Amino acid sequence: MIELKNVSKKYGEAVAVNQVSFDVKEKENLVLLGTSGCGKTTTLKMINRLINPDEGEIIINGQNIINQNTEILRKGIGYVMQNIGLFPHYTVEENIAIVPELLKWDKKKIQDRVYELTEKLHLPANSLKLFPNELSGGQQQRVGLARALVSDPAVLLMDEPFGALDNVTRTSIRKEFKDLEELKRKTMVMVTHDVEEAFELADRICLMDKGQIMQIGTPKELLFNPANDFAKKFLDGQRLALEFKIVTIEDIWEKLSNRSSINKGLSADISVWDAMEKLRNNQAAELQFSNNTQEYKSASFDELIKAFNQYKNFTKHE
Amino acid sequence: MNEQQTLWQFMSMESDKLLSQTVQHIGLTFISLLFAIAIGLPLGILIARRRKLSGIILGIAGVLQTVPSIALLGFMIPILGIGAKPAIVALLIYALLPIIRNTYTGIIGIDKHIIEAAKAMGMSKSQILFKVEIPLAMPVLLAGIRTATVINVGVATLASYIAAGGLGEFIFGGISLNNTNMILAGAIPAALLAILLDGLLALTQKLDFKKLKKVLIFSSVFLIILTAFYVLPSAYGSGLKAGFTPEFMGRQDGDLGLKSAYGLKIKTVVISDAVMYKAAFSKELDVISGYSTDGRLKAFGLKILKDDKGIFPPYYAAPIVNQASLNKFPELEDVLNLLAGKITDSVMTDLNYRTDYLHQTPEKVAIDFLVKVGLYKSPKGGAGETIKIGSKIFGEQYILAEIYSMLIKGNTNYKVETKTGLGGTKICFDALVNNQIDFYPEYTGTGLLAILKPDNKIVSQISHNKDETYKYVSDEFNKKYKIKWLKPIGFNNSYALMMRQKQSSEIDVNTITDLKNYLDKN
Repeated sequence: MIELKNVSKKYGEAVAVNQVSFDVKEKENLVLLGTSGCGKTTTLKMINRLINPDEGEIIINGQNIINQNTEILRKGIGYVMQNIGLFPHYTVEENIAIVPELLKWDKKKIQDRVYELTEKLHLPANSLKLFPNELSGGQQQRVGLARALVSDPAVLLMDEPFGALDNVTRTSIRKEFKDLEELKRKTMVMVTHDVEEAFELADRICLMDKGQIMQIGTPKELLFNPANDFAKKFLDGQRLALEFKIVTIEDIWEKLSNRSSINKGLSADISVWDAMEKLRNNQAAELQFSNNTQEYKSASFDELIKAFNQYKNFTKHE
Repeated sequence: MNEQQTLWQFMSMESDKLLSQTVQHIGLTFISLLFAIAIGLPLGILIARRRKLSGIILGIAGVLQTVPSIALLGFMIPILGIGAKPAIVALLIYALLPIIRNTYTGIIGIDKHIIEAAKAMGMSKSQILFKVEIPLAMPVLLAGIRTATVINVGVATLASYIAAGGLGEFIFGGISLNNTNMILAGAIPAALLAILLDGLLALTQKLDFKKLKKVLIFSSVFLIILTAFYVLPSAYGSGLKAGFTPEFMGRQDGDLGLKSAYGLKIKTVVISDAVMYKAAFSKELDVISGYSTDGRLKAFGLKILKDDKGIFPPYYAAPIVNQASLNKFPELEDVLNLLAGKITDSVMTDLNYRTDYLHQTPEKVAIDFLVKVGLYKSPKGGAGETIKIGSKIFGEQYILAEIYSMLIKGNTNYKVETKTGLGGTKICFDALVNNQIDFYPEYTGTGLLAILKPDNKIVSQISHNKDETYKYVSDEFNKKYKIKWLKPIGFNNSYALMMRQKQSSEIDVNTITDLKNYLDKN
């Protein structure tokens, strides 16, 4: 769907992005991860040509966008940014309706779509007539997302979309976003410096440093098969927590003991981390799980950790 | 309280003039503001796009802003003549800086993320400009327009110097006539206008974006209507056009007399005497109110229309001497009288022409004149006591002071000190009364109207006749101040109506009555 081929960008002598190539499949969410100044935002902004690359090709839907009219290109790509960038002189409703107005949709269609999105994004109905500065930060970010989604573009670019929010709001909005139907059918490229966020939202992560790609892969690949020292060290601080969050019950299914006596349980899709949290919060001795082949298993806290360790050792030696 | 009442009376008496001046003033302010916005706004946008240009353009606008307003109006005249055009251009130049600067500041002050969001949504450059940048810069931009408006209301008072009308006519007329009510009748409405417009614009700045849009549409329509106010009246009529100084406009022996004694009806603009002659020469004006011995009369080929009904009092020049000085310097009177009757109107005009137009020094003009009439004698280099000669602050008086100085040095043993440039009549006269100077050349009309100020009855009785006027001032000065009027020098530097010689002969107008008849016929 989106393909970058040897894309570079220089500012004078400084190379911001150096020979970056990757492709993003349809409906995939690729997260560009790295520290400040690693070139991830520059890479993102080249995809809708807010920044023009010096070298390389960027292909969206089979078309090289380097010579495409930028205005047409950008109307087809949703863009969410850290600073939100809502128009302070437009009401929330007008802010969301900017792109359809530019595309000259008829009034009724615009209104219906705006209402639909406000509902889906849990924005209070009375907020439509308000100005952005009258909303909370979290609400503003929802408006920013609604604005990007309104014309239902196939591609969505997100530049630190939760960066301006406090930790609590951030975690809850992120969860909500993850479950949002509208987002599941998008091809997304998202920039973040937050490792936890990347692991939670990404289908694949593109780890960057000094303008170059250090590793591209699924969160599991990054965790268990780091391509180089940089990739390994980058995750070291949060490694354990990430591993618990990334490994699902399904992954350790073989290592858990059978329970034929039960006939219902939690989905095996949940992470080990979530399972452990449930055990703690419910103060239960055991949890029951069922997988998609209607098998049933159960595990205590200790059994979970044991199974997880076995899985880890096995994966590493793979 | 009494003052208040008379001001009110003056304003209601002159309400027609006041209204038309106010309308002109508003028109001038807004038409120039409109042009300033039309030029300043795009320039501001341009330099916000190309920041490198901002230094140069803001610099130029800043320099223009610092040019004194009178000088700026002066620069305009050779290029654009007199009247509305140069005034509008000058006002426009003053309004430019705040508009350009605030447009620029307003646009570059916008959060760059908002612009990035606009771009990312696929807005074109012009959509970003009109939907995002201008609306967001609007509060700052309006502040600039507000500043420009207030500046323009103030500077527009000066427009009356170059026949563009406005409330300055009353203000400057009042100043030259020392008429406080007249000054206030112009100054108060001008100040109120500034406060009112400033207040209105302040209100618009406080509005939110929605209402602002409506207000802007409304006010641009309003602006265009106001502008039309000014354009329409100036579009009427042809025929002859007169330009009178603010002072002349308000004097009985000026425009008022022309109306009452001659019934003269002519389209009139108010203009400063500094540019009046030039304007007549360049056919911007046909009739002007000049001084009969002004050098520019000759320089610009103008002709005086005979005052056949004698409304302009005679201004015959004569040295006036302190009696004490005559006693102290016994030879003085005879020496000064050497010049009596020697300088006619046309001779004085020629002498003035030499200094004002050929830029010869008063000394050279004085020597050349004395040599020509055979009165020149080389200085005796005497060691007697010092005679102090005074003069007012204009060319003609400088020349006379030099001539007298040379006559005294050539014919007596007195030493001479000239105190030229003693400001106006009051300063000269006070210096004479207080023995700071021994004599200076004065005019009979000035002595009568500015110093003695008798009641109107006496003025109208004697001011038709030059000899009666001379006799009256001479007797009264002697009685009141112990000052003696010596014999008149010969010329009469009075007010006069003048036209271009060529035009005057073409339409065969030689007197003011001829002019009236000509105007009535056409």
